[in-house]
Amino acid sequence: MPTITYRDALNQALREEMQRDPNVFLMGEEVGLYQGAYKVSRGLLEEFGAKRIVDTPIAELGFAGIGVGAAMGGLRPVVEFMTWNFAVLALDQIVNSAAKMLYMSGGQIPMPIVFRGPNGAALQLSSQHSQAWESWLSHIPGLKVVAPATPYDAKGLLKSAIRDNNPVIVLEGEMLYNNKGEVPEGEILIPIGQAEVKREGTHVTIICHSKTVSIALKAAEQLASQDISADVIDLRTLRPLDDATILGSVAKTNRVVVVEEGWPQCGVGAQVVDLIQREAFDQLDAPVLRVTQADVPMPYNKQLERLAKPSPEKVVAAARRVLYLD
Amino acid sequence: MATTVVMEALSPTMEEGRLVKWSKAVGDAVKTGETLAEVETDKAVMELVARADGQLLKQVVAEGATVPVGATVAIVGAAGEKVDSAPAAAAPAKSAQLSAVGSQPSARPAAAPATVPTPVAPADATRVVRASPLARRLAKERGVDLKLVQGSGPGGRVVMRDLESAGAVAVAVPRVAVAQPVGGAAYRDVPLTQIRKTIAKRLAASLGPVPHFFLTTEVDMERAADARAALNQQLGDQGKISVNDILLKATALALVKHGACNAWWQDDHIRYWNEVHLGVAVAIEDGLITPVIRNTDRKSLLEISAEARELAGRARERRLKPEEYTGSTFSVSNLGMFEIDQFTGVINPPEAGILAVGTMAAKPVAVDGQIVVRRRLRMTMSCDHRVIDGATGAAFLKTLKQMLENPLAMLL
Repeated sequence: MPTITYRDALNQALREEMQRDPNVFLMGEEVGLYQGAYKVSRGLLEEFGAKRIVDTPIAELGFAGIGVGAAMGGLRPVVEFMTWNFAVLALDQIVNSAAKMLYMSGGQIPMPIVFRGPNGAALQLSSQHSQAWESWLSHIPGLKVVAPATPYDAKGLLKSAIRDNNPVIVLEGEMLYNNKGEVPEGEILIPIGQAEVKREGTHVTIICHSKTVSIALKAAEQLASQDISADVIDLRTLRPLDDATILGSVAKTNRVVVVEEGWPQCGVGAQVVDLIQREAFDQLDAPVLRVTQADVPMPYNKQLERLAKPSPEKVVAAARRVLYLD
Repeated sequence: MATTVVMEALSPTMEEGRLVKWSKAVGDAVKTGETLAEVETDKAVMELVARADGQLLKQVVAEGATVPVGATVAIVGAAGEKVDSAPAAAAPAKSAQLSAVGSQPSARPAAAPATVPTPVAPADATRVVRASPLARRLAKERGVDLKLVQGSGPGGRVVMRDLESAGAVAVAVPRVAVAQPVGGAAYRDVPLTQIRKTIAKRLAASLGPVPHFFLTTEVDMERAADARAALNQQLGDQGKISVNDILLKATALALVKHGACNAWWQDDHIRYWNEVHLGVAVAIEDGLITPVIRNTDRKSLLEISAEARELAGRARERRLKPEEYTGSTFSVSNLGMFEIDQFTGVINPPEAGILAVGTMAAKPVAVDGQIVVRRRLRMTMSCDHRVIDGATGAAFLKTLKQMLENPLAMLL
């Protein structure tokens, strides 16, 4: 199986879906001539032309709205945001138009649109450009939210997102684009709403998604050296959550740590904890602990930034606490 | 400064006390340790003893009056000190001024009072058990008393690992040493297992507060036994019906007709069940347990037979789930296989009755003026008199007897 980067996996997904369906098109800032700020759309302008690879002005609300209109007219737009930090400007179109159109039209107007782009912190981009938006987006009924952690999942989930008849948010990661992994050529479709057990264990469940998957796996590695076996679950889809996989793991381990890049208040982890306490109360041997970004704007200072982010060490410490070892 | 004397809780369960007799009159000098009055509690007559010196300034409660615990009984203070005509009820903390001495109904000499501390409930009963939800569930399933488990989590929280070590002790069947044939110990001490403790607690909670009465009847089992033999012949290898299965079915059907016996005592109300869930007492190593056959009245004999056998088997292996041994509305205990003629069962609260079934044996009886040999069986129903009255229980037993003596009556 070929080993390719996350960015190329996304590129393959876009290319394959555009080849398969002439209604699929991509638009966003610098997606055409510049081939994408992170080179996700490399070669696509050449192959599909300017009608289907559309460079837009720096006007997120405007081109998101054009995407919504195009979807209403029967096309299947993929709207790229240079980062989700900029997409905040487009939230009115995403939340008020895209998410609600099917509902408010009494089921008459489907909204097959994908909004995608990098989410969360990279390195020293400071407070305004280092934010994780998944809890904002997965709060909204009418939206589906996926956050692939690997090249394989990036391809499989983006393809499923493009084929979905509902608005799907695809959260990528600046720090993920260069990651390599095995990705088969051709058709792979990962169903939306399906988590994946990345590592099997019996003592503690670590629930993660996107960039925190690698943090959780490193933590699991460190825990293994202390004879603690961790079940690592990559949520992959944040809305709808894969309740069954989460609860199945809790039933096995009875102890849970939830990791995410976002802030603690109203985070994705809070939603997971709600599910667990509600549906698996009698399975719990300890309160569920969360590892999140510190509850502050992301510091620019390199050391402070490092301290504010989730880390394998923080996950290990939380795992030991739910095991009553510390 | 005047001291308020209050009615003390002189027994752990005392809620009020009757002042039987004043030992001191107003104006009498009072010394610490002297008896002020005799008080009748819910258990015995006790002495209220002063611990402050002074003069009895006022008797607030008249002889023969009953007042709640905490109410002001008397005022003790310096001679001539003025007291309010209506002193406020003292806070419980003030009761430290007073102690009590238990006594036989004829009081001991007041000159030699022994001071005993105010009775308090054992620490165990009041300790808040901290335990993880998982530990609570497992403890319930395994019959482990969490109060007895030392928690290793934060704030003494009992977590799963504590239960794993405690559970081994609490749940495992003790390995009893083989008795020494000669020159061995005169007795052997076997530690109480959790299930034994639970049985003790449950049954003490029954025969204590539950006012039992017992009704015994002897049933002619000829027809039932013949019917059983015929059924088993017909069934061949499809299954085997026991006398007990027939008893269970008949009991369930009789309970349908006598709903007054299919009930739970709920302290402030009685719950009459519309469904019949029979608990069937099963002897297991080191104890007993009553798995429940749900909706017994609606099940066929074959179903009852299969279910009773299956539940009993798993009961002996200690593999019953909690929902399989809780929720019965009435119980049946059968010691027939031990050739017990008759016995009385102890009610399993909150149920209101249990049927204790003896062995079926051939014996001479008078039928139509002739002495003939018939298979007979004695059964005794224990009733909670708070729920079931004598005639109510007797009517149920009569129906049951009729059903067993004429099995076709079950179809009525």
